[in-house]
Amino acid sequence: MSTQLTPEILAELAKRATAVRKNIIEMVTAAKSGHPGGSLSAADILVTLYFAVMRVDPHAPADPERDRFVLSKGHAAPVLYATLAERGFFSHSELCTLRQIDSRLQGHPDMKSVPGVDMSTGSLGQGLSAANGMALAGRVDGKDWRVYALLGDGELEEGQIWEAAMLAAHYKLDNLTAFVDYNGLQIDGPVSEVMSPLPIPEKWRAFGWHVLEIDGHDYNAIYDAIETAKTVKGKPTMIVAKTVKGKGVCSMEGIADWHGKAPSSEECVKFLAELCG
Amino acid sequence: MGKATREAYGEALKELGGRYEDIIVLDADLSKSTKTNVFAKAYPGRFFNVGIAEQNLIGTAAGLAAAGKIPFVSTFAMFAAGRAYEQVRNSVGYPRLNVKICATHAGLTVGEDGATHQAIEDIGLMRAIPGMTVIVPADATETHQAVAWAAEHKGPVYLRLGRMAVPDVFGESYRFAPGQAALLAEGADLTIIACGVMVAPARRAADELTQSGLSARVLNMPTIKPIDSAAIVKAARDTGAVVTCEEHSVIGGLGSAVAEVLGENAPVPMERVGILDTFGESGTPDALLAKYNLTVADIVRAAKRVVERKR
Repeated sequence: MSTQLTPEILAELAKRATAVRKNIIEMVTAAKSGHPGGSLSAADILVTLYFAVMRVDPHAPADPERDRFVLSKGHAAPVLYATLAERGFFSHSELCTLRQIDSRLQGHPDMKSVPGVDMSTGSLGQGLSAANGMALAGRVDGKDWRVYALLGDGELEEGQIWEAAMLAAHYKLDNLTAFVDYNGLQIDGPVSEVMSPLPIPEKWRAFGWHVLEIDGHDYNAIYDAIETAKTVKGKPTMIVAKTVKGKGVCSMEGIADWHGKAPSSEECVKFLAELCG
Repeated sequence: MGKATREAYGEALKELGGRYEDIIVLDADLSKSTKTNVFAKAYPGRFFNVGIAEQNLIGTAAGLAAAGKIPFVSTFAMFAAGRAYEQVRNSVGYPRLNVKICATHAGLTVGEDGATHQAIEDIGLMRAIPGMTVIVPADATETHQAVAWAAEHKGPVYLRLGRMAVPDVFGESYRFAPGQAALLAEGADLTIIACGVMVAPARRAADELTQSGLSARVLNMPTIKPIDSAAIVKAARDTGAVVTCEEHSVIGGLGSAVAEVLGENAPVPMERVGILDTFGESGTPDALLAKYNLTVADIVRAAKRVVERKR
């Protein structure tokens, strides 16, 4: 099956993604700390989820019937905050308070304070377990809402991920769709060199998941994979999304150093110009 | 002899399962030991075995709670509080999710499995987590009531249970109340404050002390957090000396919690009966309690020492 987005929706997603990327760069610059690289790599996936897929209502962020999203790679909080603000969960003006004292926008997502954040994450390896629990709850109650999770490729080095991978397949959680943001880089360098979790698709297949491999910056591919996952019965789906760390800002792309470093104000101006160009 | 607190836990869960449709029970391949199998049999659609994977056990429970369920999770205390400590802290404690961690086989009295399976720091670990309620029931009656309270309470709870049968301390009229000590005996010369399996020996110690002309107040302290500061301060002011008794390290547990209250509010001579900064070993529960100084005689000696220090 191949599900295509209309040209109008494609244009909308591209516009939203650019706005989200702009906000990521600005908020991390203002915070003087944070994680731009892995936020930019995941931007197209989050924008597709929040603007073309997920059943959420910014005016009723805790609606029990909503779809859920768990950002397991919680250090990519800027992309989640920027996407939620873009979707109307809170004001864009709040984004510049990231990581500052008394802000709701903690360095890693806090479900207790930020509308639209479904799970507190940040300590790597724990988000997929929470997504499992949500999917189980939906199953027990016979609900049709779905659960989405986004994992980092470096995060796959955490053992808990594979405990959770087993559970989701064992309990046939077909209401759960997860992504690996496969940008190939972690703090200390390429994931293949630091502690290789490769090959990624084969591992998830071996654990009993339905696995799709896509370009994580192609909106049609992301959308099609999600729609395909909805039709898969008896298995959770893992969408291994090949991405580029720092995607969208030429001089940040593919550089591990931009995992957890804030741009200077001069760099910020330059990066924003690259984004618009 | 009564029954083990874990037995009472299984029975309480089954009973509560009928009353609360949102209760979901998770276990990590120990359901026969933790007694969650009693619930599993009654409500198979609301029981999930996650296998030997305690980090995922806690994380899955967090997700269930985030979606409105009341998850009760069980495994041995070593794994619930120890192995999955960071998951309890970050996935349950930080978001204050409504997860009930009912950990069994706590303390030395798990016995022959030895030091690797004897959780003697779990109270300290759990009470250090902001917002966590920590309960250590003394017998089956108290366990039953504490489990019922946990189901009703909104927020994370750590309930510490034991493997071995323990004597019944409370009658049917007893009412567990979180954050409240229960007065088991009145006395004027010192106060013995105990929790869990040490409550029954504490009472016997008080009886023995009367033969030496000492009258001991005995308090059962089922909630280590929030702790009953008022009862502790009153005990210090009324009796002038305190002994704590716990099947846990003297570092971080009941003794530490009581010392914090006394130090800040009513400093009096104090002695802590507990495990003295050492690991356990294999042995029968009774032999272990004797070797690690957790007997009635140990409590009596501590009581005499603390009264001596008043002078």
